[in-house]
Amino acid sequence: MIQKEFCPIISQTEIAEDIFELTVKACLVSQIKQPGQFVHIKAANALDPLLRRPISISSFDQENEQFTMIYRKEGRGTSLLAKMEPGMELDILGPLGNGFPIEEVSSEETALLVGGGIGVPPLFELSKQLVAKGVNVIHVLGFQTESAVFYEQEFLKNGETYVTTVDGTYGIQGFVTDVMGNLRFECIYACGPTSMLKALEQHYSDKKLFLSLEERMGCGIGACFACVCRLADDPSGVSYKKVCSDGPVFRAGEVLI
Amino acid sequence: MNRLHVELPGLKLKNPIMPASGCFGFGREYSQFYDLSKLGAIMIKATTVEPRFGNPTPRVAETDAGMLNAIGLQNPGLKKVISEELPWLSQYDVPIIANVAGSLEEDYVSVAREISKAGNVHALELNISCPNVKTGGIAFGTIPEVAKQLTRKVKEVSRVPVYVKLSPNVTNIVEMAKAVEDGGADGLTMINTLVGMRLDLKTGKPILANITGGLSGPAIKPVAIRMIYEVSQAVSIPIIGMGGVQSAEDVIEYFYAGASAVAVGTANFVDPLVCPTIIEELPVLLKKLGFEHISECRGRSWNQHGQLAYHRA
Repeated sequence: MIQKEFCPIISQTEIAEDIFELTVKACLVSQIKQPGQFVHIKAANALDPLLRRPISISSFDQENEQFTMIYRKEGRGTSLLAKMEPGMELDILGPLGNGFPIEEVSSEETALLVGGGIGVPPLFELSKQLVAKGVNVIHVLGFQTESAVFYEQEFLKNGETYVTTVDGTYGIQGFVTDVMGNLRFECIYACGPTSMLKALEQHYSDKKLFLSLEERMGCGIGACFACVCRLADDPSGVSYKKVCSDGPVFRAGEVLI
Repeated sequence: MNRLHVELPGLKLKNPIMPASGCFGFGREYSQFYDLSKLGAIMIKATTVEPRFGNPTPRVAETDAGMLNAIGLQNPGLKKVISEELPWLSQYDVPIIANVAGSLEEDYVSVAREISKAGNVHALELNISCPNVKTGGIAFGTIPEVAKQLTRKVKEVSRVPVYVKLSPNVTNIVEMAKAVEDGGADGLTMINTLVGMRLDLKTGKPILANITGGLSGPAIKPVAIRMIYEVSQAVSIPIIGMGGVQSAEDVIEYFYAGASAVAVGTANFVDPLVCPTIIEELPVLLKKLGFEHISECRGRSWNQHGQLAYHRA
């Protein structure tokens, strides 16, 4: 069930340039079903910015009723969020959407987790849950440049981890797809820019592939029809899926990206 | 003491608060948060004869204290609304106001004829003011004679009272209001969104795929208040006011301007519980302001005696 709750901030840290890790105490944690779900945050206790901000859950702890988000400070909403301190309360709506299906890969199989930039965070909880299930995980994390890299050590604890940067200032120079050719795996879970998701869909249509999409959202609960996408088998018809409530994770080939 | 009961043509409202069309789907999403029977009424998403996909994305862009949308009347079409959405809504004790849209006069007439037969549809809202579709919609809402004619045609076939949703994107809203009153409208709903635009800082291009969109939210409230103030003094049919309503205070301001009920739009996206919250807060605020009944607030901006008998339960 989706809840609206005022959640006290436990901690907030800048873990890379303009990248913040924010942990809150929240009863709504008990409602989280899957890695890859998100919450909708009201950043201002005022009219500006008016709408909530969708932010993915990067890890959660149901026993201690807390969860963590990692976001990039970019616009007005996230800039306000970045100024908030422990003890302050955040108006959070969630959990929202459908996340990554971990049942699609069995223990002893290998899952490849591919993240691009601010698409990396939801893969962290996914990685933890897959490892707990006995799945081998390999991570390929792509960033723009060295200062944007985060969570490499955390991912390394769960399995093999490759980091790429577009400008080559850290790790392997290039895009995530440049290192994937040499890896063996049964299933891919990915979150990142649309261009990355498109490239994966194009090259790995023979694999089980799950993609987490991003779209501008209004309500986050499926009522406003802002974040709809077309179905791949009905590209010009009237059928649709909503990224917020049907997704954000879809099986590759289900919707047009 | 019931301070909120309001009666309007076709509508016996336990309170004058209702979600605005397009901001509430067909109610399903919000039923996760509260019992929809708490609402005065529900204005369901615009219905057209055929299903519509709507516009490409991005469909929303945030603005200062508001948002632009260009959804493009996405809806499952008349058949599905009648066979699935309205029967589902009938589990709730709440009158439905069906928003009727189309490209041609005969589209409006077909939708109005069929949808007004549904048992829980107590009124129609004629959408002649959607700014986000290429044909129909706003074309009917900017020329008084055309609006009047369409209202008349729809009135001929509708089994329930017809409210006409006015566009603020006109030079003279009073003239439009009078024209649809002449055409036989039982009430008005106002205002629809204001046409606006936002450009991306990096690319310089419009953020919305549709280029322009409809501005809603608190930013437009003063425009709506002014227009209701003018129109309510010029016509004798009731007005359901809307535009940036977020609180019980906003509702009172709309009544002062001349509205007889109020719809809540964009605020539902920010706080899914906003309608029941306002409904709870209204009686407290009325008491604080010294009103026994909300109808006493109506038209206070222009009439010291401020109330009309037919609004009283």
